[in-house]
Amino acid sequence: MKNEGASEKVTARRRLFLKLTKFSEFGIFIFIVVLVIIVSLRSPYFFTLKNFNDILLDISILFIVATGQMLVILAKGLDLSVGAGVAFVGMVVALIVSNNWGIPPAVSILIGMGCGLVCGAFNGLIVSKGRVSPVITTLGTMSIFRGLAFVVSGGAWVDAVEMPESFKLIARGSILRIPNLIFFMILVFVLFYYFLNYTKTGRYIYAAGSNPAACRIIGVSVEKITLLTYAISGVLFGLGGVLWVSRYASAQSDSAMGFEFVTIAACVIGGVNIAGGSGTLPGLFLGVLLLGIIINALNLVRISPFLKLAFQGLVILIAVITNVIVEKRVLKTILSK
Amino acid sequence: MNAEIGKKKNVFFRRWEWYLVILIIFVNIVNVYLSPYYLNMTNLMDMTFNFMEKGFIVLIMAYIMISANIDISVASNIAMSSVVMSVLYQSGFNIWLAVLSGLCTGAAGGLLNGLIVTRFRLSSVVVTLGTYSLYRGISFLILGDKAVTKFPEGFSYVGQGYILNSPVPFQLVVFVVIAVLFILILHKTTFGRYVYSIGTNEEACRYSGVKVDRIKVILFTLSGFLSAFSGVFLTSRIGVSRPSIALNYELEIITIVVLGGVSMYGGKGTMAGVILALFLVGMLRYGLSLKNVPANMILIIIGLILICSAIIPNVVYGVRKRSEFRKEI
Repeated sequence: MKNEGASEKVTARRRLFLKLTKFSEFGIFIFIVVLVIIVSLRSPYFFTLKNFNDILLDISILFIVATGQMLVILAKGLDLSVGAGVAFVGMVVALIVSNNWGIPPAVSILIGMGCGLVCGAFNGLIVSKGRVSPVITTLGTMSIFRGLAFVVSGGAWVDAVEMPESFKLIARGSILRIPNLIFFMILVFVLFYYFLNYTKTGRYIYAAGSNPAACRIIGVSVEKITLLTYAISGVLFGLGGVLWVSRYASAQSDSAMGFEFVTIAACVIGGVNIAGGSGTLPGLFLGVLLLGIIINALNLVRISPFLKLAFQGLVILIAVITNVIVEKRVLKTILSK
Repeated sequence: MNAEIGKKKNVFFRRWEWYLVILIIFVNIVNVYLSPYYLNMTNLMDMTFNFMEKGFIVLIMAYIMISANIDISVASNIAMSSVVMSVLYQSGFNIWLAVLSGLCTGAAGGLLNGLIVTRFRLSSVVVTLGTYSLYRGISFLILGDKAVTKFPEGFSYVGQGYILNSPVPFQLVVFVVIAVLFILILHKTTFGRYVYSIGTNEEACRYSGVKVDRIKVILFTLSGFLSAFSGVFLTSRIGVSRPSIALNYELEIITIVVLGGVSMYGGKGTMAGVILALFLVGMLRYGLSLKNVPANMILIIIGLILICSAIIPNVVYGVRKRSEFRKEI
């Protein structure tokens, strides 16, 4: 009798917890709706199908790279090298393509992903085998990748005229009337949604982030999981790099400066716990969408571009602080019930 | 008994600082070989101009990293305070009043970091990543793509002057004074011991009544203040202030501290090691520029040094542990 009552209490508690965790993503959603209404009132152009298409195109590369960042953060890491990685891989692929016009687009994407994999695995090996803190490692590789991007290109740009049309079509073309960039975003979303929620390895990533010691005891190698997350982040920023160069039709060694901060901001806003172990892909998508809408709105309302950087920082701070406050409140309500 | 003493002696010579000393001697030999003008009192003294500004921040960054925190916003803080200072001067303030308000701006920036970290129990990485772009953004907001270039004669002495007629730069003397102060505080006072103990076990510190939050706020505020301080010297030395000043400094500063033997996980490291590492990286940079190595190559080299200096102690420790394990068997 007593036992039944207790278990009933536990399930009730769990249900409440589930409701509340869902609510935290719901909160971002409400925030997005309110923002959309306000901006639409200020600028009539905002609430049009074309503008929403533009926003989705703008956020697709961010979402792809931020997915990798999220995996790394889930396993208690941090990848500061993604921005430099995007620039480096983009530059390498652009140089290869501009020298061999015959390369089919699919192959250039694969080259980019392979190049990213090498960069990411390098990060992962140093963190997992060298036992160096993620911040130190990726701060180091950030400058290495950025420096390499300058060295391989000699500081020069690769312009639109030097790239074949087929390569530029990677980001501009469309499949089944869905623009390619959005198609890639959906592909990454579906793939990683399945990976994180329905595969063993995916669940181990969460486990390694929330309790590494327990993970080791049940026989899961935390080192391998860490290596895997960095490698995936590498592959995704490799893909992002190719799409970036193809979309803007130019490769510069100083492109994607500060992109790592935007991806971290997107994760934090999307409810990914920066200390690892919790966070969902739909939440991340909402976080990326919110950032995309804000940047789009700032442009439409014509605010100085110099504000952008300060704004990014402010958004990160506000997001992490509200995250902490909400978390505390959730815990309190659970404990008081 | 005898074996124990032998062991202790061994440990003394096994210290990280000795490797740094050897490396410094090596770098100096290479530099002398590279340029006949290197080994010259005036040149050696002038060389210090290139890394003293980073040195001020390195001192406090060592404290912060020993307490298992990090401050990534230091370079942005330099830019913010330098821009505030120069804009105030341009709008008609007395230069020293402007310097003072620049210092206050930096300290306020550091205080904000400290308060957010302690109030919300957030990781200092995330908070200072946020303020990293916030402070840089604020300096762009204030000055845009412009720069302030005209500073009065007296102000340029701060970053360019020498003591009387000797070849000793004013900057170096200021650094030595502050460094001595920091060494004494870290190694000879309770405050210094608290910094180590926070880095080793923060929770235990809280339970034993150490005012952890207050110490952290003090550290971050000091970090902001010293960033602004170094910003004053940098602005005075190069005679210009713009929002993109001191870009990527945080990378080199953190590299120096890690190379000095401080662990990112806290509780380890000495001031001597950090100061030796400062001179080592400064001399290495100087040697590379003597050899005309481009800036981007230097960026790669510094990144590699950062990673290597973090890996090597782990590897050495692992090998030593394994050999001890074998002996026990």
